[in-house]
Amino acid sequence: MIMPINYILPEFEVERSDYRCIRCRVCERQCANGVHRYDADGDIMLSDEFQCVDCQRCVCLCPTHALKIRKNENELRENANWKQNTILEIYKQANTGGVLLSSMGNPEPFPVYWDKILINASQVTNPSIDPLREPMETRVFLGKKPHDIERDVNGNINTELPPQVELQIPVMFSAMSYGSISYNAHQSLATAAEALGICYNTGEGGLHEDFYQYGKNTIVQVASGRFGVYKDYLEAGAAIEIKMGQGAKPGIGGHLPGTKVGADVSKTRMIPEGSDAISPAPHHDIYSIEDLRQLVFSLKEATDYKKPVIVKVAAVHNIAAIASGIARSGADIIAIDGFRGGTGAAPTRIRDNVGIPIELALAAVDKRLRDEGIRQNVSLVVGGSVRSASDVIKAIALGADACYIATSALLALGCHLCRTCQSGKCNWGIATQDPELVKRLNPETGKERLVNLLTAWKHEIKEMMGLMGINSIEALRGNRLMLRGVGLNEKELEILGISHAGE
Amino acid sequence: MKREGEFRNPSGCAIAAVISKEGRRFSAEKIIESMIPMHDRSNGLGGGFAGYGIYPKYKDFFAFHLFFDDRHIKKDVEEYLKERYEIVLSEEIPTRKIPEITDEPIIWRYFLNPLKSVLRSAQLDEKEFTARVVMHINTKMNGAYVFSSGKNMGAFKAVGFPEDVGRFYMLDEYAGYSWTSHGRYPTNTPGWWGGSHPFGLLDYSVVHNGEISSYDANRRFIEMFGYKCTLQTDTEVMAYIADFLLRRKGLTPKEMAEVIAAPFWSTIEKKDEAEKARLTYFRTIYSSLLMTGPFSIVVGYTGGLMALNDRLKLRSMVAAEKDDMVYIASEETAIRVMTPEVDKIWSPAGGEPVIVNVKDGV
Repeated sequence: MIMPINYILPEFEVERSDYRCIRCRVCERQCANGVHRYDADGDIMLSDEFQCVDCQRCVCLCPTHALKIRKNENELRENANWKQNTILEIYKQANTGGVLLSSMGNPEPFPVYWDKILINASQVTNPSIDPLREPMETRVFLGKKPHDIERDVNGNINTELPPQVELQIPVMFSAMSYGSISYNAHQSLATAAEALGICYNTGEGGLHEDFYQYGKNTIVQVASGRFGVYKDYLEAGAAIEIKMGQGAKPGIGGHLPGTKVGADVSKTRMIPEGSDAISPAPHHDIYSIEDLRQLVFSLKEATDYKKPVIVKVAAVHNIAAIASGIARSGADIIAIDGFRGGTGAAPTRIRDNVGIPIELALAAVDKRLRDEGIRQNVSLVVGGSVRSASDVIKAIALGADACYIATSALLALGCHLCRTCQSGKCNWGIATQDPELVKRLNPETGKERLVNLLTAWKHEIKEMMGLMGINSIEALRGNRLMLRGVGLNEKELEILGISHAGE
Repeated sequence: MKREGEFRNPSGCAIAAVISKEGRRFSAEKIIESMIPMHDRSNGLGGGFAGYGIYPKYKDFFAFHLFFDDRHIKKDVEEYLKERYEIVLSEEIPTRKIPEITDEPIIWRYFLNPLKSVLRSAQLDEKEFTARVVMHINTKMNGAYVFSSGKNMGAFKAVGFPEDVGRFYMLDEYAGYSWTSHGRYPTNTPGWWGGSHPFGLLDYSVVHNGEISSYDANRRFIEMFGYKCTLQTDTEVMAYIADFLLRRKGLTPKEMAEVIAAPFWSTIEKKDEAEKARLTYFRTIYSSLLMTGPFSIVVGYTGGLMALNDRLKLRSMVAAEKDDMVYIASEETAIRVMTPEVDKIWSPAGGEPVIVNVKDGV
């Protein structure tokens, strides 16, 4: 039924310079959304702007730079309460009766605490250290640290440690499942992790048989859907992660539409081809903390206590108490995902309204675990969202052992953050299973770009450590005196455990 | 202006130490003199000394040195101590009135013997019990401050230049087998008597020159184990770390050096397998006790001392030997005051401890 009320104006306008356009039709071939079309009669390129998601693929590939994607300037009457987007979403829901879906992290203008925290530097009373001339150490070990030292009769120390994950820089690639992202994206992450001496994370979609070779740089995930989980999988990785929650959609499980479940994904996930992979909201064997303990130890039993177990949770209101429970559950590492963390598909309302900022969650958890004297029981990994080397420095100074990055990694692979991963039509070959699109991402190039990104961050991390007079990353961990807040109120400063600039 | 302890107070400094390997006891006269040529490394806002073997008559008792703001808090503390210890001797610490040192608090010392019944009911050994008593007084009893709490040793400190502090406490009249000293150059505040060095807990004392950039990481770690850092100085956190590693975790001084000034990974990788495993073990479990940034310290303990530089050697520190004596100082000139002739003099490398233990213990 065509009704004027159904009309929702396209979000974007394709601006094409006819003077520059040579009708090569690259844009047409590159756009999986079908925006561009050649009209032979008029010898003109036409655009179906309704389909455009502003992924910038056509812009980047147009050989004559004839294209620009602009925000549609058509405006509803301005209203501070009823923003244009709010109104359009109402129209959409009134049209369809559906839940609004989105991808990637919360784009709403909530405070980004990283941007309100500043880093210290040495002046006069102690020297800064020059990373070009002095050793500067960024290696970390994640895992439980024993409380007591044991010696044999000769006084020699028993140097056996609980299982640890060794990272050459305190950054890992966060969970993104095979299915939500492509084979080539996974290969890029796995090979880059190996080259960098860090880990990537399989996400909840199992591990493709081709990637078992990168096991020592892999964290294998066990989520509520248990996709692709079996003994060899658990034994393949450097650590096992139980996914209890995800920052983008706390309290609900993963969604992979059946259209993304082709033969290969089906085999890896151990589910029928074309079936929707909808993970249950909770783990149905974990309704409380004592159940979590049982799963932690089941996984340890299955792997002969050789793998550290990570419990990943979304940052929610009561995160400090939750983390304290996890630290006593036998888990070796706690991963906390903030509410700005990304996703391949989430209900918009949940993504934009549930959870809390990772900076506050991290500060609260680190403090609580120290107050209870159990910080040594676990390592803390935080993500959602960590965008730069300075975010990493701030996270570590607040108390993290390492950071998870995912959106940053996808950006390195070419993602332009158009936030429509759920469509499966990623023109950059990342969040898609369409073979034609997947091959656009060359895994060799992908690896190189990821290695470049984290090599650059490593340099920046070393520079910032050096200017603080710190030459080993562990001396920065929890070193909150190195941070000051700007424009934060007393409560925020209290939770972050930092002083205001000028104090 | 905030009182010391309410803000972070980094300082530059001078340190010196002298020990007889034979365990011969000698007065503090020489080490006091050694601070004079290093006068400009202090700014008059703090000086102090620690002597080991100075209380042979009372060597079985905990020697508490306290500063009190007034008589009322002194009475409260004495009540508190009486419930836990037999007070063997309670006396004012003798001082010499000199114009360079003024505004002194009440300075008192107690020789204490823990009550067996109290220890039994607390289920603690006497050292742990006493460490907790010190923490309690220093954090809960406002206006009282325990600045020395070991057996047969004592710290003496004040606001002033170290050579004046030595005269003030009449340290030329004490005899010990090991002495450490400190002149302070705080970058903040008029300084408080309790903020001077040495800083100690039980028989561990620390004098320190430098500003550790890892301070808050170290502090927040050590505070998990019942220590409360009230002064926000590096030295305080170092003293607690010494107590934690040496007493509570049973590490040797060399092992402590391998924790707080851990070798670089690149160095560890060159070691044999057993050594690699041992050093990696320490760096893994005590990574939060690694100290970065410049420091030179002398950790005193019963029967010996350890001098140590940060692993980059960002502070000067010289060591020398003459006969059975070992000397440590920020500058060679200080050593030459104590002994113009030396058998051997060297600059210890960053992270390489100089450990001197007295023959046959004491």
